[in-house]
Amino acid sequence: MIPYLSLITFIPLLGAIIILFLPNDKAIKQFAIAWSIIPLVLATVAWATLSSWAPPYNFVYNACGVTIDSASAGYTFGECAPWISTLGIQYHLGADGLSMPLIWLTTLLTTLGLFYSAKVIQNRVKEFFALFLLLEVGMLGVFVSLDLFLFYVFWEIGLVPMYFLIGIWGHDTDRPQYAAIKFFMYTLAGSVFMLLGIIALYLYSSPNTFDMTLLAANQANMPFSKDVLISSLAFLGFFLAFSIKMPLFPFHTWLPDAHTAAPTAGSVILAGILLKLGGYGFFRILLPIFPQVSQQWAFWIGVLAVISIVYGALVAMAQTDFKRLVAYSSVNHMGFVILGFAAAAALTAEQMQNPHYINNGASAINGAVLAMFSHGVITGGLFFLVGMLYERTHTRELALFGGFGSQIPVYGALLLLTSFASLGLPGLAGFVGEFMVMNGAYSTLTLLAFIAVWGIVFTAAYFLWKIIQKILLGNVSEQWAKLPDLKGYEILTLAPLAVLMFAIGLFPNWILDTINTASIAILEYMKRM
Amino acid sequence: MVQNFTLFIPLLPFLAFAIIVLLTRNNNRLSALVAILSIVAALMLSYGVFLEALSEGAELAANPFYGAPIAWMPFGGMTINFGWYVDPIGAAMLFMVPTVCLMIFIYSTAYMRHNHVDEHGHPHAEDDPRYARFFAYISLFTAMMLLLVVSSNLLQFFIAWEVMGFCSYALIGFWSFRGRKEHHIDDAQVGRARGAAIKAFLTTRVGDILFMTGMILLLITLGSLDFNKMYDPAAMNNMLAGLAQPLPGVEWPVVIALLIFGGTIAKSAQFPLHIWLPDAMEGPTPVSALIHAATMVSAGIFLIIRAYPLLEFAQQTSGPAMQIVAFVGAFTALFAATIGLAQNDIKRVLAFSTISQLGYMLAALGIGAFVSGSFHLLTHAFFKALLFLGAGAVIHSIGTNDMFKMGGLIRKMPITGITFFVGAFALMGIFPLSGFWSKDEILLDAMREGFYPHAGMSQDLFLQIIYLMLAIAAFLTALYTGRQLFLTFLGKPRDQAAYDHAHESPVAMWAPLAVLATFTVFLGFWNTPFAPAFFHFVGEGGFMGLPPFEHSEFDPIALTNMLVSTGIALSGFAVAWGLYGFRPIQAGQPDPLARLGFVWKILVNKYWLDELYGYKINLDGTAQPGLLIRLVGAFMRLCAWFDRNVVDGLVNLAGWLSRILARLWGWVDTHIVDGLVNATASVTGEIAEWWRTMQTGNVQNYALMAMVGAMAIAILFLLRSFT
Repeated sequence: MIPYLSLITFIPLLGAIIILFLPNDKAIKQFAIAWSIIPLVLATVAWATLSSWAPPYNFVYNACGVTIDSASAGYTFGECAPWISTLGIQYHLGADGLSMPLIWLTTLLTTLGLFYSAKVIQNRVKEFFALFLLLEVGMLGVFVSLDLFLFYVFWEIGLVPMYFLIGIWGHDTDRPQYAAIKFFMYTLAGSVFMLLGIIALYLYSSPNTFDMTLLAANQANMPFSKDVLISSLAFLGFFLAFSIKMPLFPFHTWLPDAHTAAPTAGSVILAGILLKLGGYGFFRILLPIFPQVSQQWAFWIGVLAVISIVYGALVAMAQTDFKRLVAYSSVNHMGFVILGFAAAAALTAEQMQNPHYINNGASAINGAVLAMFSHGVITGGLFFLVGMLYERTHTRELALFGGFGSQIPVYGALLLLTSFASLGLPGLAGFVGEFMVMNGAYSTLTLLAFIAVWGIVFTAAYFLWKIIQKILLGNVSEQWAKLPDLKGYEILTLAPLAVLMFAIGLFPNWILDTINTASIAILEYMKRM
Repeated sequence: MVQNFTLFIPLLPFLAFAIIVLLTRNNNRLSALVAILSIVAALMLSYGVFLEALSEGAELAANPFYGAPIAWMPFGGMTINFGWYVDPIGAAMLFMVPTVCLMIFIYSTAYMRHNHVDEHGHPHAEDDPRYARFFAYISLFTAMMLLLVVSSNLLQFFIAWEVMGFCSYALIGFWSFRGRKEHHIDDAQVGRARGAAIKAFLTTRVGDILFMTGMILLLITLGSLDFNKMYDPAAMNNMLAGLAQPLPGVEWPVVIALLIFGGTIAKSAQFPLHIWLPDAMEGPTPVSALIHAATMVSAGIFLIIRAYPLLEFAQQTSGPAMQIVAFVGAFTALFAATIGLAQNDIKRVLAFSTISQLGYMLAALGIGAFVSGSFHLLTHAFFKALLFLGAGAVIHSIGTNDMFKMGGLIRKMPITGITFFVGAFALMGIFPLSGFWSKDEILLDAMREGFYPHAGMSQDLFLQIIYLMLAIAAFLTALYTGRQLFLTFLGKPRDQAAYDHAHESPVAMWAPLAVLATFTVFLGFWNTPFAPAFFHFVGEGGFMGLPPFEHSEFDPIALTNMLVSTGIALSGFAVAWGLYGFRPIQAGQPDPLARLGFVWKILVNKYWLDELYGYKINLDGTAQPGLLIRLVGAFMRLCAWFDRNVVDGLVNLAGWLSRILARLWGWVDTHIVDGLVNATASVTGEIAEWWRTMQTGNVQNYALMAMVGAMAIAILFLLRSFT
């Protein structure tokens, strides 16, 4: 069997090393783009293979001494090798419907980011492209790891290249060093708590293990789940790390600074993938391994989610800088992901017996995961659009724009499309996830859901008022009379994202089928609490 | 078996949209051709389905055309499927929507060319700079309306509904931006269009939120959004089982029904969310016709038609859902009619009449007059499209919307004038035009139920009030429509330059008017009290699992009602004649109704609702947000301040504190930790210095020290043994 996941994860690392020996900038750029297509193709093949195994499964997952029958998990592509045997740490990889779409999105956005950067990055090219591929390794590693220690290592690996991307290639006016350090320290502070959580899980499991699949499958019999204090503290450690990464209110303020300072492709990856690491953790670790604690805190996490949604939208609305506004829109949108988590977590043991509630719980998880995927596509697109406008005007001040709808119509059309996708227009990608999350949330957290739903109005308001109206509508001033429309490579960068917005919005079935298998498995684990 | 191709009906105009956007957007003629060909194809297919439905007759209601082959949204063990659902009223919509839309498309080919005079004084007609884009948008708009009509599922319906919201945003704001060479619009127009578009989208979005909430709650309680299952009485009855009440004493069905009705309130511009629709007039006139007749606002009514069994069920089991619908409708019918009296913009008068007529339909549905309400939806679509397109022809010809700058135009534009009269008389409800038959049925149902109760039932005060409100609204409708006719087409020209400029429209514009006028004249005969064919088709087949509606014979009550409603219409028109026709208004003369004083001021300002919770858009393109929006704005600034200074402030404080701590640590490290190390070293040195002196190399000294040591140990042992 082909070790898909190892190949996908480490081919970029090999690429980064090769880049160090390449002679000139042009060769580096061409090589990096071409090389990054390899994991994209592999991920596509892997996903296609996974969905060809759509239920009813006819396989049993068997790796690392873990055997999980098809009824309760959709893992596949398992790989296993001993690593630090004295501590039982293994090199254990695997993917399922939860991680596969995110893996694929990572490889796609990396290729697009490299393609776009090839045109706009002119200084320290070698470092940029090598670091970018290294960043991809870190992110992919998080999604494929099934061992907590391995997960942690990859989690930290991703931080370093991003730190340099922001600090070195950031715009001088945006205090890149401050933003980079803030991003690094804040995330690191969260990871330290996660490390404590990981150690606690190891010490309070029997047999002692770092294996996520074992911890999830047997959590009901593990010592930590019987010790309220330990499981709550471990939960809190993970929760802090993931909430900071997401980011969830009130841990979100590193985000606008980091986004604003980062170079365009960096912002795309930051919003498109790095935030999802947190969301992924919520569903991969918190929900299956800590179902009781999740259930206990579901309401309050839901409250934070609702604050993120409504407050994030209002603060976004108040921004005057295009890029900061888009950054805050992420806070707003990630709130829905957490609300989906809270809605599924809130299922009581009694409700777990009712298939109706289980379906709605699956709806919440499906919605949250799809919302992450769509947000990566849409906000990735938005950050590209921000960058493209900045390259032309050298400002991001919304008040200085206007009338671009007639001046640069192709840009206008794509901005219109992406904005409406982001504000959740049905028929485009953003809506499906939001709807499914709301469906789940209404069935368990009705009141919170009813507050959250008003965030949608505010979201629409800031997109229409601040982005479309300020940039596209009105008259063109003389200052911008010569503004050129999008060039071929820019359209080519955005085209795959635009296609995805339609593909998900019009027929979400192809991606939901994959995610749904994982949601059912997660709910199956939760039932065992 | 045309029914199996039902989904191609919306697909065709959608393909036109895609083709125009991707391929032909730089070719105006070709784009218009693509759009029109697609709508003609969709129309033929629609007629095919419609005829097939007619041949099924009343049987269709019990066994509608249905198929749901598209798996769309799986979650857990459930999947929501999309497909098509055509019942009698849906079939009737499939006849109306493409017909009206085709007329609007043809009309637009000419309307979207603008006349202008070049620097040499030669008149020119040239295409709007975004001509192709216009056809792309109206194709998408039509596609979504058709998708909504044939939807088999409420979620599918909702998607079409929302995309229509986007289309209306894009089309109302069609002139909200302009390039440097576009002279057919001015800055004020740009400003107004910009405000109107955002106002329309956000106001309807408020309703959409309520609709979506209701829909999700329905999905949770009913377990399905499929129309086929939604109308299953057994499933409806299960709705109540095993669920906690949302609030003490309140049951789910009424909550859900009213939340869904919230969607209609916004989309069909009912009080209090009607505020967006008058401003929506800033779009090009064909858009107004599209929004106000065939598509967007009809969608709201069609939602209530689709949700009718739910409303009925809620009314019977848990609360006055139907009565609330009826009251909101009747109130809006009256309320909007009063404002319509005080408008001077030819399109705004029509806008308020639309709001008012939609109120009629809702009132009808709310009092259980399902068939009459549905029928009025159809007839209204034709005559309102006719009126808007007629108004557009006038605007296109003389270049202003202000009725006080018009007058006597029928002499210059006879075809437009005559067709406009047909539409206006239909709106007033003059015999024998279609509006007469459909409106008359609504009033008849209210009158019969309210004043002539069935044996054993008392008179119903609620229905009497509804009837009175609708009757007064009918009077006002005749009054403001008469005012419009006298100011626009009759009397003397008040702006001679504009009048001289006026001319009859090109054939592409007047031909659609003629077609719509023909339908306006004859459509009413589909459902007269003597031969209610429409009623037999729609109402008698046990609609959606409900018992069949019963149609009363033509009796003295029906005759009385006919006479009364004709009298009301004629008296309204007579008052209009007395005020505006008897002595035609001269240029500069104030409106005779301005003598109403404060009441007039209220009407002119539309009850100051824009100032309260809306967004007031002025003629010069500026706008003032209402009180509510300003409060939200203040709250927004507070949040931003809080975020910058408190949330991020704490983060920076933590960072600052750690830096201070680090510095403190540094000091401690240099001066204390390191100091201690150094101190240890020097102390050791000192001790060593002193100790060195012990090493004398003298054996006697060592023996002495060994002695002393041994003695000390001995003493220690002795001391221990004593204690």
